[in-house]
Amino acid sequence: MKILVPVKQAALVEDDFELRDDGRDVDPDFVDLQLNEWDDYSLETALQLKESHDGIEVVAVTVGDDDAEDALRTCLAKGADRAIRVWDDELGDADPVVIARVLAAVAQRETPDLVLAGTQSSDLGFSATGVAMATFMGWPHAAVVVALDYSPGAATATVERELEGGLRQRLEIDCPAVLTIQLGINTPRYASLRGIKQARSLPVEELTPEDLGLEAQDVGEQACGARVRKMYLPEKGQAEMIEGTPAQQAERIAAIVKEVMGG
Amino acid sequence: MAQGILVIAEQRRGVLSPVTQELIGAARAIKNDVGGAVSVAIIARDPASLAEGARLDGVDEVLLLPVTADEFQPDLHVAAAMQAVSERDPSLILAPHSVDGWGYAAALAVQADAGFATDVFAIQVDAGEVTAVRGAYGERAHALLEFPGRDRVLLALRPSAFPAAEGAADSTVTELSVPETAARSRHLEFIDPPSEGGVDIPGAEFILSIGRGVGEEDNVEEFAELAEQMQAVLGCSRPIADAGWLPKARQVGYSGKTASSCKLYLALGISGSVQHLAGMKHVENIIAVNSDANAGIFNVARYGVVGDMFEVSKELRQHFE
Repeated sequence: MKILVPVKQAALVEDDFELRDDGRDVDPDFVDLQLNEWDDYSLETALQLKESHDGIEVVAVTVGDDDAEDALRTCLAKGADRAIRVWDDELGDADPVVIARVLAAVAQRETPDLVLAGTQSSDLGFSATGVAMATFMGWPHAAVVVALDYSPGAATATVERELEGGLRQRLEIDCPAVLTIQLGINTPRYASLRGIKQARSLPVEELTPEDLGLEAQDVGEQACGARVRKMYLPEKGQAEMIEGTPAQQAERIAAIVKEVMGG
Repeated sequence: MAQGILVIAEQRRGVLSPVTQELIGAARAIKNDVGGAVSVAIIARDPASLAEGARLDGVDEVLLLPVTADEFQPDLHVAAAMQAVSERDPSLILAPHSVDGWGYAAALAVQADAGFATDVFAIQVDAGEVTAVRGAYGERAHALLEFPGRDRVLLALRPSAFPAAEGAADSTVTELSVPETAARSRHLEFIDPPSEGGVDIPGAEFILSIGRGVGEEDNVEEFAELAEQMQAVLGCSRPIADAGWLPKARQVGYSGKTASSCKLYLALGISGSVQHLAGMKHVENIIAVNSDANAGIFNVARYGVVGDMFEVSKELRQHFE
């Protein structure tokens, strides 16, 4: 039995940053990269299934350039069995729809029994890739999963989705399925030093969209759901900044509290 | 050629979600620029019972799409929405960027082969061309998106970002039949949040809320004491509740509670994710203390302190003894 875990190397923008010369994204010089927070939870879900059942292989996959390899190394260090990276420069402007199409092609090749994706990414937050991937695959899907009851080989899984305001929905879903995993479903592990060391020597399979039978028109800009025309900095709010020493700042806060709340 | 706007209504437990009115409000605001009619699709077991709530100013037509499930089910929802798309051929589809929206909007975009953006908080229409604005990198940047070569675009709109439609209208009501579709998941039950244990975030007038900046569980206690001293209700952001350092009933935000009655919100060490802001940005007096001068929370705060929440807290206690 195989679980496919699509992951993203997410961009963490520094406190002070500049936009790229073409104005369509943040200048990569001002960006730190790390495994998308949500993918930490989906990977952990897969690893916990692997540990409680025999014969489960966990395969991490990402669509990204050389820099994205670190995300896969993190997955391998934590216990993923294999890692696949798909890239071609024509994917440079890829949006969730194109990424999902590529991931679906990987799934077609890998024939997993379950796909566990993150609910969203910490950088762009589309909340779209997992469900779009399921649609290209023709698989059932459930989004924003905070509890999973699944035995390998079972025809259905029982999951809980986290809805607004703390409400949950329990449902049964036919398997194989794509589930998008929400924060809080578990406590992701840290990679051990030994795991990190071992992961360095493990292979990462590298593929192009062409290897997966995808053509240029499937993955190029015209296949994207949207194109960024420009990025810009949001207007700052009109917050009055309280300056001074912590003692002076606290004094002012206390005065505001007493003024607003009375007494 | 595709024309008009199709709004996909949201319902849960037999009630239209408030975001439905916001989608209609957004549609009404750009209706003349987009051209064509505004249709609202109601997908439910008994859509007729919900029709009245969608007959609002700006709505030309309410489409009833009966399905074989009481609650949201992605396969049925997409099949029904696709039926409305193929019968009305809209150039713009508006869906909610809600939890259920996350569960189907991408699927609908793929099936309808539509241009697609989520978490949209502003729509512009210029000479018939639709563009959309969304956040990026934790709201540090905004992105203007275009949809070149698309004659149909699906936008999933951020809740609470568009003014709700008001005023009843004389919209026509039409029932469409939805092709028989297999539902590959089945709703079992709703699980209401655990009892609040006396914690009342929606009713609190003064909330002192802590976020990731608190660092570790052992540090929570001093802020609980500070809140008590200040006669504030202690709240928190998601990571604190997920870690189990405070109960879920204290979580403010989209998947937690909304600070509905709050007059003063003191945010300590909270960066201000979209999800957290959804529960508190409406509060008139927000004081934010954060060590990162660029934290998003300062964009909604009335007062800001760039500094160490522990130092500020220590000093604050002396004023409320």
